Amino acid sequence: MGAISSYRLRLQRKRWLARALRKRRELMTIADRTAEIRRGDILVFTTLRNERIRLPYFFDYYRALGIDHFLMVDNGSDDGTREYLQNQPDVSLWRTDSSYKRARFGVDWLNWLQRRYAHGHWSLTVDVDEFFVYPFCDTRPIGALTDWLDASSIKSFGAMLVDMYPRGALDAVPYREGQDPFEIAQYFDNGNYTIRRNARFGNLWIQGGPRARAFFRDRPERAPALNKVPLVKWHRAYAYVSSTHMLLPRGLNQVYDEWGGEKASGALLHAKFLDTFSVKSAEELERRQHYANSHEYKAYHAGLRDHPELWCKWSEKYINWRQLEILGLMSKGNWA
Amino acid sequence: MSVGFIMLVHTALHRARAVARHWASSGCPVVIHADRRVSRADYAGLVAGLADLDNVRFSSRVRVDWGTWSIVDATQRAAELLLEEFPGIGHVYLASGSCLPLRPVQELVAYLDSRPHTDFIESVTTMDVPWTVGGLDQERFTLRFPFSWKRRRRLFDGYVAVQRRLGYRRKMPAGIVPHLGSQWWCLSRRTLSAILDDPERERYERYFRRVWIPDESYFQTLARLYSPNIESRSLTLSKFDFQGKPHIFYDDHLQLLRRSDCFVARKIWPRADRLYESFLSNDPAVTKNAEPNPGKIDRLFAKAVEQRTRGRPGLYMQSRFPNEGWENGKTCAPYSVFEGFSDLFENFETWLGKAVGSRVHGHLFHPERVQFAGGETIYNGALSDSAALRDYAPKSFLTSLIWNTRGERQCFQFGPGDAQDIAWFIASDPNARISVITGAWAVPLFHSNANFSDVRRRAALLQRIEAEHLDILRSPHTRARLRIWSMAEFVQNPMEPLQILIDEIAPRGQRRLTEAPVMADLRGFGQFLQNLRNQGMQPHLMGDFPVGDDPETSPRRRRKPYLVKK
Repeated sequence: MGAISSYRLRLQRKRWLARALRKRRELMTIADRTAEIRRGDILVFTTLRNERIRLPYFFDYYRALGIDHFLMVDNGSDDGTREYLQNQPDVSLWRTDSSYKRARFGVDWLNWLQRRYAHGHWSLTVDVDEFFVYPFCDTRPIGALTDWLDASSIKSFGAMLVDMYPRGALDAVPYREGQDPFEIAQYFDNGNYTIRRNARFGNLWIQGGPRARAFFRDRPERAPALNKVPLVKWHRAYAYVSSTHMLLPRGLNQVYDEWGGEKASGALLHAKFLDTFSVKSAEELERRQHYANSHEYKAYHAGLRDHPELWCKWSEKYINWRQLEILGLMSKGNWA
Repeated sequence: MSVGFIMLVHTALHRARAVARHWASSGCPVVIHADRRVSRADYAGLVAGLADLDNVRFSSRVRVDWGTWSIVDATQRAAELLLEEFPGIGHVYLASGSCLPLRPVQELVAYLDSRPHTDFIESVTTMDVPWTVGGLDQERFTLRFPFSWKRRRRLFDGYVAVQRRLGYRRKMPAGIVPHLGSQWWCLSRRTLSAILDDPERERYERYFRRVWIPDESYFQTLARLYSPNIESRSLTLSKFDFQGKPHIFYDDHLQLLRRSDCFVARKIWPRADRLYESFLSNDPAVTKNAEPNPGKIDRLFAKAVEQRTRGRPGLYMQSRFPNEGWENGKTCAPYSVFEGFSDLFENFETWLGKAVGSRVHGHLFHPERVQFAGGETIYNGALSDSAALRDYAPKSFLTSLIWNTRGERQCFQFGPGDAQDIAWFIASDPNARISVITGAWAVPLFHSNANFSDVRRRAALLQRIEAEHLDILRSPHTRARLRIWSMAEFVQNPMEPLQILIDEIAPRGQRRLTEAPVMADLRGFGQFLQNLRNQGMQPHLMGDFPVGDDPETSPRRRRKPYLVKK
């Protein structure tokens, strides 16, 4: 990486930050409890739209992990999401009716909030259908992880997206509010991922899983990216570039070892494929607010008509993080 | 006689307070040194919280910087205070605020009382330590280190580089031999006071003030001068990872720590409630209910370091993506590639599957679809049979397949009709066992009913591809185990090489080859090759098949199987 390209990336980062600054005007404060954020608190950042039914479990899960405060942007929900969120004691809520797409799929809004509130904090950026799993998450709170990362001088922690799906048709079992979604979506693909390196940003680009297998088997290059760097010891000069797939400065994307060893990493269990999915994908197709002209949702829409089931006989039933580690989807690294 | 504790604390004061209370109320004096950086309010809280104990003292405070003299300074101050205030103690135990006693204090006292003149301090000469980080071992003692490594890394590194360039070397004070070891020791009163009261102390101090990480060398070196009886090990369990920072213990290590035979463990995560609840007790029944097995802890941490530095061979994942040449195993297990066999033999896959007792794939890199064993559309790990998905990342496809089927030998067919992108990877993989019958691709063409001009074109193409492939296999970069026969060579005596291949896959030797695979009918094959030649093509990879001199093969399918005797 020469001086010129590194300077270009610096300019790009400044541009994203300036854009985030501009986009902050689109955010209307609904509930600002950020004064309660204490030194060392671990924060969650989320953009969402019409996810009311998922919220109770989302909060159960992340509060149990040890998250101290949630900073959320509601993008025009009309299903009671906002009312629910503004009554949570540990949630700061902003609302916007502006275009999700033109805020680069919410990244600009969150970049602004992170710049404003996350400086010096560990910041976890997840969607409401993403559940963070890390080594020893069944016995150690997330503070144990971030303390260890601090002690090891590690600033960012990678967690690959693992798509979970049920056995049988996606809409066979309806999801109940407050329920663990992985009681329904119990299965995942354990060994069909492709990895390549992004030379520019230094991140890995991971694709595969059930979505590539079922919806993109003829156009694999269009399969969605699964690499994510959701947990970052934030600094106000940082900026996510594209969802949480990569960020700048590019050193933060180096969550993998290149010399044969394994760095510690986690997973984001993705509870997208529930009965809510077909309604959601029709709605998103209508809104046309997603990446690359929503081609992903077009593919789902077409795919769901012919292949109502993602499950196959090689699907793996989820047990715990140790299983993911043995299968090679995540790693303890040198954390013991 | 009794043991006194020195505690160096800087964070998690409530935990340090609890541990100090535990020791002090068990009758052991404690002197606490709190880092200058601890805020006034926090320090006052610590002092007030221990005010009811008459055998706890606080030494004068210095600002402690990691790797510098300040730690030794703090230790000296506390040690002087402890020895002076509590004349009854026989040993001094140096601990930190994140230490936790693992065994009842009585056991420690009894242990030390029976060894009144023994000093427990890890003390090794610099030649013999494998664990220094950053390459500074001998140079710790010969260079100067005025800058903080944690806060002014650039200055630190720059100054080291300059001194190296200039060939600068400090002189060591006469009479001492540098030794290194764990910071956490337990010294007898006699040795410790001899170090502190040494008339030469000033001179040694001047020297050690500029040594790198003196807390791992000052006492370790000077103890060698005065101690009649050094036991070079630490009574504190402290494990270091590959970066030289201590491993941290959590609640889920409870059973493991019970099996340790050390008296004190470091370092404990401050929020490990269960550990503190369990071990801050002098009841042997509570703290010790398992057979000591310290090796278990060693293995756990050694494995963690191994995983971080070497990783799992053949695994490519989000946090392990080795550069070319650093894979430490391009794939995770041996596998066999057969080229030309399924062309020359009928139903070769089925036959091989029976012979070696496992599933055998067809052409995994077939241009239309992945031919998984048994015609499966999805395979282990949910690998898809889509050729597009496979060709998008052929390397990921193959390494995933081998990884997903750990414990089961993979065998597959390959040939010039397949997608060739993977060829270099396989050739350079030491796990690959490649067996080639060159020119066998001509057999299906020979049997096909297509127009001869098409056959000729196809033959030329396949021959060119296979020739290029053979160039790869024969290149000096190839690491795969290779076996190459020309077709003419192979049909002369097929059983011997087949037996070798089978033995390699299923080495136990239980599987004696009883049934030969049925070879394709080769009558007229020589004439076929001649026809190609007559059309201006030169088929050369299959070896010599003179016209009319057809090889003795087995055209009839119902031929009786024959035995190969070993």
